Amino acid sequence: MRASIVGTAVPRKEGPSKVTGAAQYVDDLTLPGMLHGVTVRSPAARGRIRNIRFADGLPWQEFTIVTARDVPSPNRIALILNDQPCLADDLVNHAEEPVVLLAHPDKHMVELGRRSVTIEIDPLPSVHTIDDALLARTVVWGTDNLIKSYLVSRGDVDAALRSAHLVVEGEYETGAQEQLYIEPQGIIAQAGPDGAVTVWGSLQCPYYVHKALTSLFGLPAERVRVVQMETGGGFGGKEEYPSHIAAHAALLARKAGRPVKLIYDRAEDMVATTKRHPSRTRHRTGLDRDGKLVAMDIDFVIDGGAYCTLSPVVLSRGTLHAAGPYFCPHVRIRGRAVATNTPPHGAFRGFGAPQSLFALERHMDVVARQAGLLPHELRRRNFIVQGQTSAVGQVMRDPVEMDLLLDRALALSDYHAKVARFQKENAGHRVKKGIGFATFMHGAGFTGSGEDLLASVVEVEATAAGRVRVLAASTEIGQGTNTVFSQIIADALQIGYEDVDIAQPDTAAVPNSGPTVASRTAMVVGRLVERAALSLKKVIVDAGLLREPYTPAEFSDACRKYISTRGPLRTSARYEPPPGVRWDDEKYQGDAYGAYAWAVYVAEVSVDTTTFETRVNDFVAIQEIGKVLHPVLAAGQIEGGVAQAIGFALYEDVVWRDGRMANGQMTNYIMPTSMDLPPIRVFFEERPYAHGPFGAKGIGELPLDGAAPAIANAIEQAVGARVTRVPITPEVLMEVLERT
Amino acid sequence: MSAVSVRLIVNGRESTVQVHPMARLLDVLRQDLHLTGTKEGCGEGECGACTVLVNGELANSCLMPVLQADGARITTIEGLAPRAGELHAVQKAFIEHGGAQCGICTPGMILAAVSLLERHPNPTNEDIRNGLAGNLCRCTGYMRIFEAVVKART
Repeated sequence: MRASIVGTAVPRKEGPSKVTGAAQYVDDLTLPGMLHGVTVRSPAARGRIRNIRFADGLPWQEFTIVTARDVPSPNRIALILNDQPCLADDLVNHAEEPVVLLAHPDKHMVELGRRSVTIEIDPLPSVHTIDDALLARTVVWGTDNLIKSYLVSRGDVDAALRSAHLVVEGEYETGAQEQLYIEPQGIIAQAGPDGAVTVWGSLQCPYYVHKALTSLFGLPAERVRVVQMETGGGFGGKEEYPSHIAAHAALLARKAGRPVKLIYDRAEDMVATTKRHPSRTRHRTGLDRDGKLVAMDIDFVIDGGAYCTLSPVVLSRGTLHAAGPYFCPHVRIRGRAVATNTPPHGAFRGFGAPQSLFALERHMDVVARQAGLLPHELRRRNFIVQGQTSAVGQVMRDPVEMDLLLDRALALSDYHAKVARFQKENAGHRVKKGIGFATFMHGAGFTGSGEDLLASVVEVEATAAGRVRVLAASTEIGQGTNTVFSQIIADALQIGYEDVDIAQPDTAAVPNSGPTVASRTAMVVGRLVERAALSLKKVIVDAGLLREPYTPAEFSDACRKYISTRGPLRTSARYEPPPGVRWDDEKYQGDAYGAYAWAVYVAEVSVDTTTFETRVNDFVAIQEIGKVLHPVLAAGQIEGGVAQAIGFALYEDVVWRDGRMANGQMTNYIMPTSMDLPPIRVFFEERPYAHGPFGAKGIGELPLDGAAPAIANAIEQAVGARVTRVPITPEVLMEVLERT
Repeated sequence: MSAVSVRLIVNGRESTVQVHPMARLLDVLRQDLHLTGTKEGCGEGECGACTVLVNGELANSCLMPVLQADGARITTIEGLAPRAGELHAVQKAFIEHGGAQCGICTPGMILAAVSLLERHPNPTNEDIRNGLAGNLCRCTGYMRIFEAVVKART
């Protein structure tokens, strides 16, 4: 048997096309006769559209103009609740809400057109904070501004708090965060004479767009085609939003009878598309005399913005991560998503968990201090272990080794020595150092019954040339889908990595393997890839064309023989839950996730007490993620995620003014540059997971969860500031320090 | 303003284009010369996705009116490889060490890395961080890009 390819750092499948500039992103594509589209948006946060004025002096007859009147009924983008219009009709519910679409052959003219349309609005009272939304004096969504709520209830929290040795309260906030993929969103749409629609775009989830377009236009599935182009980053930002752009481009293309390219510029992308939900979490935590958690009372609220979008599932993931990697007998978690008049918040890597885990892991340090324990002592006394159950009743069937991860993390970061050294040295210095950490987990795959409902399908086919091709809607967005699927196929079939091709995600050609989200692609879809490949091999073996052991050349030969004598050779696999994995939606109880990745992250910071700037000097990220399929890609996922999380913790501040993002430029919304990041040192513990391909679990979102609380804890250690919100900009830190 | 004639030597090949004098070099490369390897990330000179070499110097092609590049030698990502079918050492290192994820910053980042290595054949960590500070990457956290630069030089 040849050496395995899984676990090795084979070159990224589409690497050559990316380093030579040959890779085709949506804006690189030009269709004959193509028009350029733009979106005209609401200037007001909430109100009634009184009039749409087109300024004199422009050749409006040359433009294709689409308003709500051109949108088929119901004017909705299908997602969870279908409450969001494709184009605002009478009412607008947030600034930047799309109202008018324009297309013109000349890109400069269409931009001039956009500036020459005025949307006149009679304002209505609007809501801009979580508190005002909960207060519901002004109702802007449903009957009470409440998009969704969950209640997790285990034991008797009130009684346990009453009898606790110590009760510690805290309130924590996180801000909105922009995904800031470097390729802005964009779609090209083409309409057939019969109204059929094809779109090419920068997107994560081809079948989400497909569903939105078939619903909007009332078309049968086969008359809508969605093709994913090379995609320049997504991070959740291209999960649900591309459905809007696709619908808009398709409306213009149908009306114009010509293809339409609708590419957002950076400013539009930043102010109009979804961001990470801002959050507020309140904790009341009871400890016994031994420092064991006896009660956790958690109130977790996220700001969903003006429409439902994905808020219910973001809320669910946040709620299910809110109690962290700890065992506690009495737990109440109240999760609520509220509506405000900001552009809807949506998916962003981590999906609710970075918010609730920031609160928890910051709070754990506060609790430890009040209990007279060291941060690691408190955590060690409370880590959940194999066989214990989570707050929603999930039995931890697989080993949980948080103690070991914590030992390694503290050793690798030289934690204890640094704590001692900083305490000694800080006194005489203007720049003070601190070190802090967070211990956490991230569930892989869709939450709850999500994977059952998706029932994802993957196909694998042999080609006439004797190669093997994967057909899946799972998208390569930089994380390595193409590479990891090829490795899995190569090892499942004992063929070469270079003998595998990945079909371009195109709903006319690939089955629905589900959305590319939720740390599910390697673990859940990868398993389907493996199973479909094994079926393919069985077909050839059963046909008597192949006998094990075989060489890659013999396998290729057998494929060719099969196809030439019997015709196409294609097999599929459909998702089945691992044995015993069950979730009850009604009771909100059961196996919330098929598997968890577990981690401990340690941050060392310097805080300048004159400028209040914080720098991260060193970062250790250790995680147990099952089998590492590809060491370079896996480390790259963690490093990139930690970098985004450092941005979330320190730099990335969305400034809101009346429900509008006021700093929608890369000049004043600051993401980490090469100058801003510490060495990010990544370590893995490998404990193969029985139901992932070759033992893999999901990792994509995990690194977003731990950095912010680790940094906040380090800052408290450095300067004694009880920081309770991110981003911890110099202004925030100054305020906290001047208050204390 | 009417179109003017601008002469560019792009990747060693001379072209003359008839364009608006204030057209962005980025658009001329992408639309008139069909060199779409140069990307637009922000259009305001912050992200560096549109980085090209103009007479050997790094430039944000989104900020440069094409008239300013009249007569200039321009290198885009398409012109970096020594021969068709081969890769430049920096391109190879980016593949091997995970320097490219989604790939949208990659053409500009690679040109910045090439320029950096020309100026600092043996760069320190500080040189590398400084040299790439004008190019934003949202995927990698830069660690593997730094590694690719170090490995490309050896």
